[in-house]
Amino acid sequence: MIQLENVTKTYPKASRPSLDDVSVGIEKGEFVFFIGPSGSGKSTIIKLLLHEVAPTRGKVVVNSKDVTALRSWKIPHFRRSIGCVFQDFRLLPNRTAYENVAFALEVIGKTKAVARRVVPEVLELVGLGGKEHRYPHELSGGEQQRVAVARAFVNRPLILLADEPTGNLDPDTSIEIMRLLDRINRTGTTVVMVTHDSNIVNQMRRRVIEIESGRIVRDQARGVYG
Amino acid sequence: MRAKYVLNEVLVGLWRNVTMTIAMIITMSVSLTMLGASVLMYMQVDQMKDYYYGEIEVSIFLREDVTDAQREAINQAIEQNPLVLEKTYESREDAFKKFQTLWKDSPDFVKSVTPESLPESYRVKLKDPQQYQSFADQIKDQQGIQDIVDQRELLDKVFKIFNAIQVFALVVAGFMALAALLLVGNTIQVAAYSKRREVAVMKLVGASNWFIQAPFVLEAVAAGLIGAILGFVMIFLIKVVLLDGRLQALTNILTPIPSENVWLMLPLLAGVGAGVSAITGWVTLRFYLKV
Repeated sequence: MIQLENVTKTYPKASRPSLDDVSVGIEKGEFVFFIGPSGSGKSTIIKLLLHEVAPTRGKVVVNSKDVTALRSWKIPHFRRSIGCVFQDFRLLPNRTAYENVAFALEVIGKTKAVARRVVPEVLELVGLGGKEHRYPHELSGGEQQRVAVARAFVNRPLILLADEPTGNLDPDTSIEIMRLLDRINRTGTTVVMVTHDSNIVNQMRRRVIEIESGRIVRDQARGVYG
Repeated sequence: MRAKYVLNEVLVGLWRNVTMTIAMIITMSVSLTMLGASVLMYMQVDQMKDYYYGEIEVSIFLREDVTDAQREAINQAIEQNPLVLEKTYESREDAFKKFQTLWKDSPDFVKSVTPESLPESYRVKLKDPQQYQSFADQIKDQQGIQDIVDQRELLDKVFKIFNAIQVFALVVAGFMALAALLLVGNTIQVAAYSKRREVAVMKLVGASNWFIQAPFVLEAVAAGLIGAILGFVMIFLIKVVLLDGRLQALTNILTPIPSENVWLMLPLLAGVGAGVSAITGWVTLRFYLKV
């Protein structure tokens, strides 16, 4: 499903590479944590998978597509098969929960009728039934992140990327979000999560890949934070 | 749905930044007015050249004390010259009649002039008006010639003035166009900044590039089109109010500007305005909204 082959990424003006000759494979339906200290290069992996940045060397394959060879005009379409959640939610403040999710559908050309059918469904799935018409500032942090998850999942992507999704949430709320991601994983969606939240990693007992200074130092099937 | 979304975004975008939009429209319209005026003038000068050069004559004014023999010799020389297409002789009386009709609005001035004070002349049309110099060289040694005047020289002076005005209008149009371009670029950057959250989400969920860029580019195109229409209205008003109204006397000397030429400016200005805005907008976005 996801394949990094000898990937090196050096940002311009950086003295050392963010990722240094990293190779890793992730199967369909897996739930994978990337852990490591700040600046270890784990967020660069998310950016590479989304093709926000291109690798300096090596090959990135997602959904059996060589992302590195993707023509730039094909990138938008490629991104529709990937859902993405961030630490800062990235919701539109002047739109309700419903409108935030519907926006993601409308801008890729789905009709309002489709949105009316699938948006309430996915909001129900993330546990926001009845709060469709609240604005982000009327929702708690955990609820806002649920909207973000709903937006990422509404297209039924094959892969869900989560960049520190619990970074702004208290421990209890974090666990609720993790339950949600787990549920999504059980529908067959591959989940890749970047985090340095040791509690969560230890509770989930999933595959853990630890990165330090741009290199993989540990890859464990049912790992803990260490 | 998508067309409606894009249209709505364009209107909201133009309104959100309304002072900048107005500045953009004004500079665009002034620039396009200048461009239109200068193109019209270009067409006009071309037409006038065709018209006047067809009518052009070389005038050979004879001395007051010219003898019959000298006059006959000059006549012979002109007749035998291979460059000449046709020639007419204008006596003092003919000259006076012409003078009377030309200045019929100032009878006092006409009264003060008698046929004797006007010179007699030969009016010569050349096969090729460009050949003036060699013709003058061949004829100028004849006795009894006061002066040889080529109307082309006079016309050339007039046309030089027209050319200068035209170049001036083009230069002004160019500078205004540059200002308009910078304003378009700036407006689009402001618009893109104020919608950066939407743009980030759109990129994230995989909205196509044209869908992200279209509202911005169309915003610029709409402003360009409005500017073009205003510019056209200005040119139209100049033609109707000034040239056909107050300055009609001037327009009669010059050849009149045909209405169809003025109407031709509408598609020209609209095309230039919209095209330039679209290209500027698109280029700005390429730098500003990286995928």
